[in-house]
Amino acid sequence: MTDSIIKIESMNKWFGDFQVLKDINLEVEKNKKIVVCGPSGSGKSTLIRCINRLEEHQKGTIIVDGTELTENTKNIEAIRAEVGMVFQQFNLFPHLSILDNCTLAPIWVKKMPKKNAEELAMKQLEQVQIADQAQKFPGQLSGGQQQRCAIARALCMEPKIMLFDEPTSALDPEMIKEVLDAMVNLAKAGMTMIVVTHEMGFAKEVADEVIFMDEGMIVEKAETKEFFANPKSDRTKLFLSQIL
Amino acid sequence: MNKLNFLRPNIENLNTYLYSGIFLISIAILDVALNSFFNTNITSFLPNFISFLLPLVLGTIGLHLIRIEFSGIKNLDLLNKNINTNTFNAILTLLIIFAIIKSIPPFLSWFIIDATISGDTKEACTGTGACWTYIKIWLNRFIYGMYPNELQWRINISFIALIALAFVGLLPSEKIKKFLTLYYVIIYPIIAFVLIYYLISGGAFGLEWVETGAWGGLSLTFIVSFFCLIFCFPVGMFLALGRRSDLPTVRYISVGFIEFWRGVPLITVLFMSSVMFPMFLPEDFFMDKLVRVIIAISLFEAAYVAEVIRGGLQALPRGQYDAAKSLGMGYWKMHIFVILPQALKLVIPGIANTFLALVKDTPLIFVVGLLEIVGMLNLAKTNPKWLGYAMEGYVFAAIIFWIICYAMSKYSYNLEIKYKTDR
Repeated sequence: MTDSIIKIESMNKWFGDFQVLKDINLEVEKNKKIVVCGPSGSGKSTLIRCINRLEEHQKGTIIVDGTELTENTKNIEAIRAEVGMVFQQFNLFPHLSILDNCTLAPIWVKKMPKKNAEELAMKQLEQVQIADQAQKFPGQLSGGQQQRCAIARALCMEPKIMLFDEPTSALDPEMIKEVLDAMVNLAKAGMTMIVVTHEMGFAKEVADEVIFMDEGMIVEKAETKEFFANPKSDRTKLFLSQIL
Repeated sequence: MNKLNFLRPNIENLNTYLYSGIFLISIAILDVALNSFFNTNITSFLPNFISFLLPLVLGTIGLHLIRIEFSGIKNLDLLNKNINTNTFNAILTLLIIFAIIKSIPPFLSWFIIDATISGDTKEACTGTGACWTYIKIWLNRFIYGMYPNELQWRINISFIALIALAFVGLLPSEKIKKFLTLYYVIIYPIIAFVLIYYLISGGAFGLEWVETGAWGGLSLTFIVSFFCLIFCFPVGMFLALGRRSDLPTVRYISVGFIEFWRGVPLITVLFMSSVMFPMFLPEDFFMDKLVRVIIAISLFEAAYVAEVIRGGLQALPRGQYDAAKSLGMGYWKMHIFVILPQALKLVIPGIANTFLALVKDTPLIFVVGLLEIVGMLNLAKTNPKWLGYAMEGYVFAAIIFWIICYAMSKYSYNLEIKYKTDR
């Protein structure tokens, strides 16, 4: 496997005495879309937060795009600039306009000239269909629009990998679709994606592989069709029977 | 039955109730007003006790009569809703109105009617009211302290220049806008320092040197407040960040610093800055008393500012840090562009609070022999020629401080509105 862009080997993580992640092994190839599902508290979010080191792991190795995640701050910042992340609570910067939210990191982290950054931001906002809201502030937008802006903001860094941490869980049912559409478009454009979600429809449509986690372990990892048609472990079967 | 209906105001006979109510209230207020302004009692034919309570009783009945819901008259509804909801509130309203009417005449007579402002000596003040002559004669000292009269233009010019330079931010030019923060945080304080150092202090360019001991009055209040505000803010900000740092050394130093300065009274800090501090310095090293005082007050207030700002930092959701980090921002970029703008916006009221307290703490510098406006007042009131006018002096100082503080408070409120983007 030469082109695996994320490589996690026997990774363990504790919060205090509580072990959240147990011996995780995972490889993600370039341009693959992975959906991570599982009951709450199973460590899904923690897993993807470890990939850009918003959480530190205590044991094992994580290699992202050829760089191992260590204490080295320079490396971490370089990796974070390549790995986009979308949060459940959007986490837009409320004191900046939508456009400034998108251009802030390109200008100050990637040292892009302001004009180029704004062009890029408008292009990305166009992609998620909120270009007309560019001058507004996050507080004036609906949840769905905010989340699409968050996606655009992450894409403005032109990342190689996108992480989604339950991007639709805080949204009204009506707005889920507009966000999922934006994500489907992104997937079709060939982005490498890891998505934590309960939207099984999205998983079936887009994912190459589905990972099922429970109690901090990867219980099952299979190709999407195989995963839904023919789950192997009993735990997965139970979960699917409840969620579908 | 008829009688009961009369006591229960209703909308059908709106005008009857309204006019009789207003009539009763007018009589009540008139009685109190005549009593207070002209010292006449129109109800003197009644027994003392009844005469005393009559306005209150009449007013209460009057307010009861006009308490008509949905009258359709906008001002009446407003009045009823806000100050006349029930009998208890009606009585409170009346008492407050009476108290105001009662207190106006003595206030006016002391302040204006019986006050004196003419003349040049204490002998001119013969009235029972305030002796504004005292303020008039001493005004120059209250503003400039012991600064030589013929050199006071230097203070005037530098203050006018500083005020003018403070308005650079209002220039519409786009080119300048980019550098505004830099200008206000670094360039402006430097200009201010240079102006004050060379123009007010003198000693160069053929200007006569005036030692800081001679500075004083309101101008000194401004100088001390201005530099302390400017210095304590950045120091406080770094302390706040330091206290939340992941690096133990930085954290413990910040905590120690903050807790030390918060734990000692300002007056002892000032005393130490002038008496003990020079003992620790090499003998040929000289630092002006005023500079030491400004440093001492700045560090003292910085500890308070730090805790206020820390409150703002803690109020931000963790998601803001996560989002900034996930975009590849390092510690400083994250704080400068994402965290501090939001945190500082949240703590504008708290910062304003601290700054107001700072301005009002400046009179304490009298302990090291620097006399700003209150210090000058204390000096003036002990002058044998002008004994006995402390009251006028303190009222004057109170008015000056109130104007300064109200302006600051208003400004901070405007800032809050200006930076309100999230709702």
